[in-house]
Amino acid sequence: MPFIPDSEEQVTRYSRHILLPEVGGKGQQKIGQAKVLIVGAGGLGSPAAFYLAAAGVGTIGLIDSDAVDLSNLQRQIIHQTPDIGRPKAASAKAKILALNPSVGVETYNTRLTAENALDLIGRYDIVVDGVDTFPAKFLINDACFFAHKPLVHGGILRFDGRVFTILPGQSACFRCIFKQPPPPGAVASCQEAGVIGALAGVIGTIQATEVLKLILGKGRLLTNRLLDYDARETRFREIKVAKNPRCPLCGERPEITRLVEHEPEVCAVRTA
Amino acid sequence: MRVTINGKTEEVSGSSVLEVLRAKDVSPQMVAVELNSKMLERDELGSTVVKDGDAIELLFYMGGGA
Repeated sequence: MPFIPDSEEQVTRYSRHILLPEVGGKGQQKIGQAKVLIVGAGGLGSPAAFYLAAAGVGTIGLIDSDAVDLSNLQRQIIHQTPDIGRPKAASAKAKILALNPSVGVETYNTRLTAENALDLIGRYDIVVDGVDTFPAKFLINDACFFAHKPLVHGGILRFDGRVFTILPGQSACFRCIFKQPPPPGAVASCQEAGVIGALAGVIGTIQATEVLKLILGKGRLLTNRLLDYDARETRFREIKVAKNPRCPLCGERPEITRLVEHEPEVCAVRTA
Repeated sequence: MRVTINGKTEEVSGSSVLEVLRAKDVSPQMVAVELNSKMLERDELGSTVVKDGDAIELLFYMGGGA
């Protein structure tokens, strides 16, 4: 059900948004019409999905091919103990609908691939990166560039997190900074190196905030700057980046002209 | 020579960015490097001179999400 400004239930539900000059009734309506795709219903996808659902985002898409595992529950807060073994997309959908039944939820119990990425991403306005492997992060970056969709990138490892918003073609993309994924096995994953659970909440929630700013067209986005969070020191740092003319994707002489999938990390341990 | 690396002032030896990375035991494959807010290409690391007061950002890959 779309947001109806005169529906009393909706006005009450979103009253703390509507009170904000940056949102108001019109902004809330925009939120209600927005379609957001969350790739990965895990550590980052959990808080992002919860807050976007609470905010009344009209349609939320969830892509995840995994099932809930006991070891996920330390940080993937949209899943609960009785969900173990259940597909993550379905588990997340149930929680979203319990929180806000007016959200339309589309689930895709699959991996994002070079074959399906443009089709899936093309159905949405904004994409949230909540995936855990470099090949997937590069695929999302590239697909959002080809599909001209804003992307809110997130990453977490150990006590460190990062958020970065990309307006394809206009602001620096992931490949402007990192041209290629690291050599397989060179960089540890959360499964190998661990991650402090609450860090996922910090980063995923900042991602959700960036999505809402994108929808509303308000505030200053995290474009052309990386926000790095060091939870050990409780320190946020901003690193300026710029669109790179030598970027293999969005630079002056692009080498990547179609979607490619990088080799999956050989060391990655899949727990599903 | 004193340079700022990831926001912290450090005493470093070495005259090129690549030498600074080696002194810190950082493999060039593992990072993207900015010098004074300008992104360096990997093949420029050896030929880019570091001066007193420079600011270096070592951007490590951060892949997790799940």
